[in-house]
Amino acid sequence: MKKILTFILLITLWQIIFVVLGNDNYILPSPKETFIAFKDVLFSGEIIDHALVSLKRVVVGFLMASFVGIIFALILGYFKKFGEFILPVVEMLRPIPPIAWIPIAILIFGLGDTSAYFIVFLGAFFPIFTNTFFGVISLPKIYSNIALTFETKKMIFLKKILIPFSLPYLFIGLKIGIGMAWMSVIAAELIGAQSGLGYFIQLNRLLLHTDKIIVGMILIGLLGYFLNKIISVLEKSLIPWKK
Amino acid sequence: MIQINNLHHSFKNNNQTINVLKDISFNIEWQNFISIVGPSGCGKTTLVNILAGYLKNNGGEIYINNKKINKPGKDRVIINQENDLFEWMTVEENIKFGAKNKENVDKYLEIVGLTNFKDHYPYQISGGMKKKTAIGRALAAEGDFIIMDEPFSSLDYQYREKIHDELLYIWQKTKKTILLITHDIEEAIYLSNKIIVFSDRPATIKETMEINLGYPRNYKIKNSQGFIELKNKIRELI
Repeated sequence: MKKILTFILLITLWQIIFVVLGNDNYILPSPKETFIAFKDVLFSGEIIDHALVSLKRVVVGFLMASFVGIIFALILGYFKKFGEFILPVVEMLRPIPPIAWIPIAILIFGLGDTSAYFIVFLGAFFPIFTNTFFGVISLPKIYSNIALTFETKKMIFLKKILIPFSLPYLFIGLKIGIGMAWMSVIAAELIGAQSGLGYFIQLNRLLLHTDKIIVGMILIGLLGYFLNKIISVLEKSLIPWKK
Repeated sequence: MIQINNLHHSFKNNNQTINVLKDISFNIEWQNFISIVGPSGCGKTTLVNILAGYLKNNGGEIYINNKKINKPGKDRVIINQENDLFEWMTVEENIKFGAKNKENVDKYLEIVGLTNFKDHYPYQISGGMKKKTAIGRALAAEGDFIIMDEPFSSLDYQYREKIHDELLYIWQKTKKTILLITHDIEEAIYLSNKIIVFSDRPATIKETMEINLGYPRNYKIKNSQGFIELKNKIRELI
């Protein structure tokens, strides 16, 4: 009920701004105009193709980042000496925003999927790696002591203690990571791609189809929300021991 | 028999040598319930860490059945003061973790009275049940010796009395050897057949006393003349 009310309020506000800005559909289209544009691009299938391309890029890049990030974090967290060598490099690369990699990505991989995968990978990798790594190294001494007392084998220690303990941290990383991945793919498509939702809104700017830009933006928001939701659902089912 | 011979431990802090344990020697006969009492911060936990094998002592030796101890092992399971259960495992999985025979897990669940709670996660059970789960996990390792480091200090008084009786029942049923570290004098007298009193740091053994109150015991014993005398005597020593 509250959500519907918020929604109605938002649409009303939008309509007011539209009127205040002078009823100009080129500057800011009205809610009605936008709804019509949404129907058009949906039924023509135009936007669905772009959305699927963006989703594919985000999923591939995100899965690669998760795989590499988690393995990396486990190894560096477990072998602390090794970690001390690699961490400064990670710390140096981390502050560079994924978008800043786009020019070099285009030079190396060209315009298209590979560049997008690379940018998404970078965007998702650092939060996933950093959070998982932090989880691994924060294992309380009391747990490793119990493992010693019970003469736990290394693989069992990894499987039954270290990984489950780190799982909540890992999921914090995945949640931030999927958000970063989604932002990165849109940014990458704005500059370095010929398809995808980022490309779609950029193209419609050139064509002065402001209504379609808004449609694209709304869809970007919705899909980002659902990607996050998927991770949250996965988290709840994989971590039943947290309240 | 467990033998602790001339145990000594100190550490360096700002170029100062701080002695924690000094010349600690005592024996523990199998199936005994021994308590160590002493003032807070006297080095009891250091002793536990050395016995467990987590900490290397500077001097002295520990033998279990004439075998020298130098690293942690299943023959001396520790029950810690803090909650040390794996929070991602249910009660049953926690007990199963170090179990020597996985088929015996049900038996230990029953001994600690948690059969009905076996599928609960630690966050879903009370502090006392957590302690009992830890006891179950220690029993399931099927070693003979269990070390308890102030295990009940976080529990409220009523629950502590209840769990004391349960622990005595478990001890007599399973015939384990228990070393209890505590600062609760009443707890030590009520449970043990022998008490070792530690001095303030550096810890030395002030006195060793047999508790000849017989078993089984119940709360009424706490009002007996013998119990009160022991309590006063230990209080004066600390």
